[in-house]
Amino acid sequence: MALVNIKIEGKAYQVESNLTVLEACRKCGYNIPSLCSFMNGRCSLASCRVCLVEVKGARGLVASCAYPVNEGMEITISSPKAVEARRTSVELILSNHHKDCLQCEKNGRCELLEVSKMVGAREGKYIGTMTPSTKDELAPSIIRDTGKCILCGRCIETCKELQGLGILGFENRGFKTIVSPAQNRSFLNSPCMQCGQCVLVCPTGALMEKSEISKVDEALKAGKYVICQVAPAVRATIAEEFGKKIGTNGTKKMIAALHRLGFYRVFDVNFGADLTIMEEGSELLERIKNKGVLPQITSCSPGWINYMEYYYSDLIPNVSTCKSPHQMQGAITKSYFAKSHDIDPKDIFVVSIMPCVAKKFEKDRPEMEVNGLRDVDAVLTTRELAKLIKRSGINWDKLPEDEEFDQDLLGQYSGAGVIFGVTGGVMEAALRTAYHELTGKEYGPIALEAVRGLAGVREATIDANGIKLKVAIASGMKNAKVLLDQIREGKSDYAFIEIMGCPGGCINGGGQPYVKPMFLPNEDDDILETYREKRASVLYSEDERQVIRQSHNNPDIIKLYKDFLGKPLSEKSEELLHTHYNGSREKYPDIKK
Amino acid sequence: MEKITSQKQLEEKIAHCSACLEKKFSGEDGKKHLVVCGGTGCLSSHSGEILEKLEQLIKDKHLEDKCTVNRVGCFGFCSQGPFVKVFPEDRLYRAVKLGDVERIIDEDVIGGKCITDLLYEDPVTHEKVERQDDINFYKKQLRIALHGCSMINPEELDEAFGYGAFQGLIKALSMSRQEVVTEVLNSGIRGRGGAGFPSGRKWQFALDQKSEEKYVVCNGDEGDPGAFMDRSILEGNPIGVIEGMMIAGYAIGASNGYFYVRAEYPIAVNRLRIAIKELEEVGLLGDNILGSGFSFRCHIRLGAGAFVCGEETALLNSIEGKRGMPRPRPPFPAVKGLWGKPTIINNVETLANIPYILREGAKKFASIGTEKSKGTKVFALGGKVNNVGLVEVPMGTTLRELIFDIGGGIPNGKKFKAIQTGGPSGGCLTEKDLDTEIDFDSLIARGSMMGSGGAIVMDEDNCMVDVAKFYMEFICDESCGKCSPCRIGTKRMLEILTKITDGHGEPSDIDDLKELAAATKANSLCALGQTSANPILSTMNNFMDEYKAHVYEHRCPAHVCKNMVTYEIDPNKCKKCSLCARNCPVSAITGDVGKVPFVINKEKCIKCGLCFTNCHFDAVMKK
Repeated sequence: MALVNIKIEGKAYQVESNLTVLEACRKCGYNIPSLCSFMNGRCSLASCRVCLVEVKGARGLVASCAYPVNEGMEITISSPKAVEARRTSVELILSNHHKDCLQCEKNGRCELLEVSKMVGAREGKYIGTMTPSTKDELAPSIIRDTGKCILCGRCIETCKELQGLGILGFENRGFKTIVSPAQNRSFLNSPCMQCGQCVLVCPTGALMEKSEISKVDEALKAGKYVICQVAPAVRATIAEEFGKKIGTNGTKKMIAALHRLGFYRVFDVNFGADLTIMEEGSELLERIKNKGVLPQITSCSPGWINYMEYYYSDLIPNVSTCKSPHQMQGAITKSYFAKSHDIDPKDIFVVSIMPCVAKKFEKDRPEMEVNGLRDVDAVLTTRELAKLIKRSGINWDKLPEDEEFDQDLLGQYSGAGVIFGVTGGVMEAALRTAYHELTGKEYGPIALEAVRGLAGVREATIDANGIKLKVAIASGMKNAKVLLDQIREGKSDYAFIEIMGCPGGCINGGGQPYVKPMFLPNEDDDILETYREKRASVLYSEDERQVIRQSHNNPDIIKLYKDFLGKPLSEKSEELLHTHYNGSREKYPDIKK
Repeated sequence: MEKITSQKQLEEKIAHCSACLEKKFSGEDGKKHLVVCGGTGCLSSHSGEILEKLEQLIKDKHLEDKCTVNRVGCFGFCSQGPFVKVFPEDRLYRAVKLGDVERIIDEDVIGGKCITDLLYEDPVTHEKVERQDDINFYKKQLRIALHGCSMINPEELDEAFGYGAFQGLIKALSMSRQEVVTEVLNSGIRGRGGAGFPSGRKWQFALDQKSEEKYVVCNGDEGDPGAFMDRSILEGNPIGVIEGMMIAGYAIGASNGYFYVRAEYPIAVNRLRIAIKELEEVGLLGDNILGSGFSFRCHIRLGAGAFVCGEETALLNSIEGKRGMPRPRPPFPAVKGLWGKPTIINNVETLANIPYILREGAKKFASIGTEKSKGTKVFALGGKVNNVGLVEVPMGTTLRELIFDIGGGIPNGKKFKAIQTGGPSGGCLTEKDLDTEIDFDSLIARGSMMGSGGAIVMDEDNCMVDVAKFYMEFICDESCGKCSPCRIGTKRMLEILTKITDGHGEPSDIDDLKELAAATKANSLCALGQTSANPILSTMNNFMDEYKAHVYEHRCPAHVCKNMVTYEIDPNKCKKCSLCARNCPVSAITGDVGKVPFVINKEKCIKCGLCFTNCHFDAVMKK
């Protein structure tokens, strides 16, 4: 990239010519406050007007997030005019923001609050009518509060650009403008996949996960056997909530913390992941053997399943009938585990701790129960778990690192289960087992580098005794669409496709800690480009540390099949571990009904 | 109609049509030629029925040999419509009612006499004026953009051919693209939509872009309250605007043009559609026009009435089917516009000037106007002025000429207070500015702007704080809601203005208003927000005493702000007629007819002002 010479505050710098003024200033060591820009300060909206600076020769102040640098440009950030302008923009936004800061769920991670500090916003400078706070709390995953929304448009851009959906948009005009799904509907009555990527980018508390902490409290109070199960990706990020650098492995401290929160058992969903591989791998081999519908597509990501039901329901025959790992594990807990411990399954309360907000929706699906027993009773996000830990007065740094998940029927797991948390992980785990099934040998080297990486769409071919398995992986719906359209057009020659709703997989799920550079002073400059890789590396190194690396070698899984399920795809398995999909979900149902 | 495939063929057609039209106007054909206004204003006052009745009577009375009748575009003098004009006498009948039509046929067409009571009466001298050109309203006007309006039938291609159409295009096609752009540059024409950016420079930017596809967009999303010149031009001579667009298309290398017209202008849209269809039929729109190799097509997109869609980047979003919200600049539309392609966006009035510039030459155009503002400007003159309507005057005409000579002064002998130019984005000018020569720069220098040409006259009965509030209400409603200073800033300003006009103003409000106004101006994304505070700033500049009266004394000097006005009846002037009591909607007035003077119960009074306007004896007073 060509370089240009610019001056900031009279000092000369050289920067790449394709940068915006905001990016260039950041690289040169100047943090200009901004709200509507994100992903490092590239913005097509320029709507919040918080990042205004003076550029010599330009007409008036310029929004640095949308203004490109050019040769000889002279930028002034600290002139009284620019300082006042930024402060007034923030003060105006604050005058229409419901400032329940102390009780706000976003307390501590609110960019508006941080920006207000940066610009020195004055107390009560402008006062007037406020947009009424109407809360959309219908959807089980996401809450939207118009009173806290500052109309920056990040969520709109994210939904459109990342997922290719465009569920959110501006409604009404002028001061009455709000951000909402079409016709100010609830997320529940719109074709929203509930992935929560919008929640991750929201600068304020306008978009939040729907907390289920109180449900867990109730269950504990009622004296239930509250069993918690943690998804693989949570360990890769939980430490971030306690100020640790991104990429810190939090497994051990997390286990210790969970043991101190009053749960009857602390399990790992990696067990469920191993179980999923047994079922899903067998399903794939069945399809190949019996010339069933191919490619088979994974079903672990509930966001993807929502998307599929709304937009690609014609591909239902391609989607694996396997429940997602935590649903499988919940069902096994309330049957196999309950029976072994002679507990009435009605007294068991299963809490899943997930990197995901769509899991909250998934666990409420009518299909997710067996004999009137819900597989899973509550889903907490990584962020909610951190709140739970903090609430209990636990000092993260002083937690011991020598505790294990409870070794009680569902305790063991393989490295294959761990990598479920990153895009390509399910595929890799499945291939390790499928290879073994087809060849009777373990695949070596164990790591399948071909399916790793963070590119949006990837493909690979595995040769198993002459049988060539062509597979593809996509994360984020804009990427997945490419593969899905190929199937629809009959041009897909893959046997197996892994699809994850969130770009990068669960390590970047909608329930994960926020990655906001302004709150991460100790991270590298390019953290927004590297955080996914750093989180993924936690899971890959966990995999390497495991003695057992393949799902079919997990002794607890072997025991489960021997004592209870029989074999994969058995009648019992079908009853507990498989599901079906809704091909007739209306995108915009008639709300009046 | 026969296809016109060569320049020669077109020139022959033009010559033939010009001769025909000339005969009509001069009476050489021995017939009287009646034209009836077909603009929106006159049509809503039944000019359509008047035309039908004229046609019917001509048929019934077998006058086909003596008389023809035609519908034409807007006369501009809208407060006096509907109009029927008689050629060759150039006799203008105004405020014609359906009942007058038979008289026009009998007394004028058959009897050859002028019907005096249908003529315009000068508000100052009270003399009747027969000829249109002798009416003061028209005397100082020079019609370039309004060329053809009130003269030709906008739905007949032949009439347009006869009145100068396509001579500009023929000229342009004989020149290189750069020569056309240079001609427009040399004319000095500046955009008529508001900002006054030199059109030629815009064209040059677009011409310099390398791109397979470029676009010309005509901005017909006229949104300023009271402004209707774009509508009248499109209604009166749509072919002239299309020709302007084609010249622009040829100049920058575009082969598609989009008209973005508000859906509230159904007549304009319909005539535009007819014109495009006719031109496509004769081959003047389409491929290889006149065998020149230049191809051009016109498309129409309707706006749904959002004021902000007049802002060019919001307009582009709207054409693309997106929400009408402005885009940040750069990139400018000339570089990256419609669907990411180089695009020029010109206002209707600008494009209407282009054929003239090519036909008559840049030099002639540049000879009109002031040093930095060339040509003419159409104003929509309204408010407290005798002659209300569309006025096209050379740049450099003074406000005094506009208001008092053309506009005929202030009605009812009231005192002139201010004129608001430039609509909600503009500002007000006062007595001291009356001798200012109007052009883009002089208006800005005096704290207002040309805008699209709205000109609203205010007299001593207007409260300037209330005027500022009116415009702020409009802007607040029309802000798109995208950027925070405009969305919230305008709301906060409106809240303060409402507080002041409600009588609850505090001294700090004036400072807060100033601060907010300055911030909204400096911080907003697009021109709508950047200019939104202009009415406040300019009324504060000129009428701070009125703001102070409201804030410090809780008094509205013009007696407009309801909360600060009380109505009283002067018992000495009261004739005890009970008219006020009978008109009072809340029975707040009592008295005894012929015996006891009437009295207003202030507790009950809702300050509607009906008693005040109805009293014949000025006995009701506002305090």
